[in-house]
Amino acid sequence: MGKYLKFFLVGIFFGIVLVKSEAVSWYRIFEMFKFQSFHMYGIIGSAVITGIILLLVSKQMKLKTTEGTYLRVPLKDKGLVRYIIGGSIFGLGWALCGACPGPMYILVGTGVFTMLIVIIAAVFGTYVYGAIQSKLPH
Amino acid sequence: MEYILQPWPWYVSGPFIAIVMFLLLYFGRTFGMSSNLSTFCSIGGAGKRVKFFDFDWRQHQWNLIVVCGAIVGGYIAHNFLSNPIDIELSQAAITDLEKLGFHDVGKSLLPTELFSWNAVVSLKGFLILTIGGFLVGFGTRYAGGCTSGHAITGLSSLQLPSLIAVIGFFIGGLIMIHLIYPILF
Repeated sequence: MGKYLKFFLVGIFFGIVLVKSEAVSWYRIFEMFKFQSFHMYGIIGSAVITGIILLLVSKQMKLKTTEGTYLRVPLKDKGLVRYIIGGSIFGLGWALCGACPGPMYILVGTGVFTMLIVIIAAVFGTYVYGAIQSKLPH
Repeated sequence: MEYILQPWPWYVSGPFIAIVMFLLLYFGRTFGMSSNLSTFCSIGGAGKRVKFFDFDWRQHQWNLIVVCGAIVGGYIAHNFLSNPIDIELSQAAITDLEKLGFHDVGKSLLPTELFSWNAVVSLKGFLILTIGGFLVGFGTRYAGGCTSGHAITGLSSLQLPSLIAVIGFFIGGLIMIHLIYPILF
């Protein structure tokens, strides 16, 4: 249990931040795709800029992880088709139910239990992808 | 305390999200929420039929713990750290949503028109949530990540595939909101 405590605490922090930022709100996602507020762009933009700085600094400092290896981000495979098509399919769903995978869980915590239906459907969608993966262009 | 109870501005929230990403990297892991969907498939025994899920899900237990924490965090933030204040949506968004037939726009995190049990037991309401969820689950694995993996982690590490994926997220999202919503609502 001890080794998992830090992950639990990070999760709690993540949940609080996404609720307090309103990034879990369906309304905010609608507003974002309508370009009617800077709020979500501000969140994602400032997260990315902070992330870039943190990663550059930790590279400069040759920071090691708690596991003893150098801190590094796993690289995504090269490609185009899977990212454009897969990304677009994801975007359709994101805009329809207003929640991406992180907020889905967090919203259950806020008491929106109908979100469990979305999660079950998402697990099924993931399963179907796994089942037909070899037939899809990547 | 007053500042905590108010909604947090983007310039506080964004850097905090980056800190979440950084902490998970510092613990030798990575920030990716959609991976848990694969883990659920693997736990359910999907690996016996589909090779894609034939992995040792115990390796990903830490991420399930993050999910548990996130649920608790959502509970704490919603019940103890939030004044019941409306979401300060732009007037333009409120007007558009009212035109689409939504009531009490921004009075809660999510519209009751979609997420109340009354809405879910109607065929249309049920289909919206299940199709939406399905597309998220299918698309995120196809694209190899979601908002946390691509938009935050991937862009922070300046990876081109993640930029392409985020462009994809927006292509899909814009099609849904601008072309499909007017038909649905």
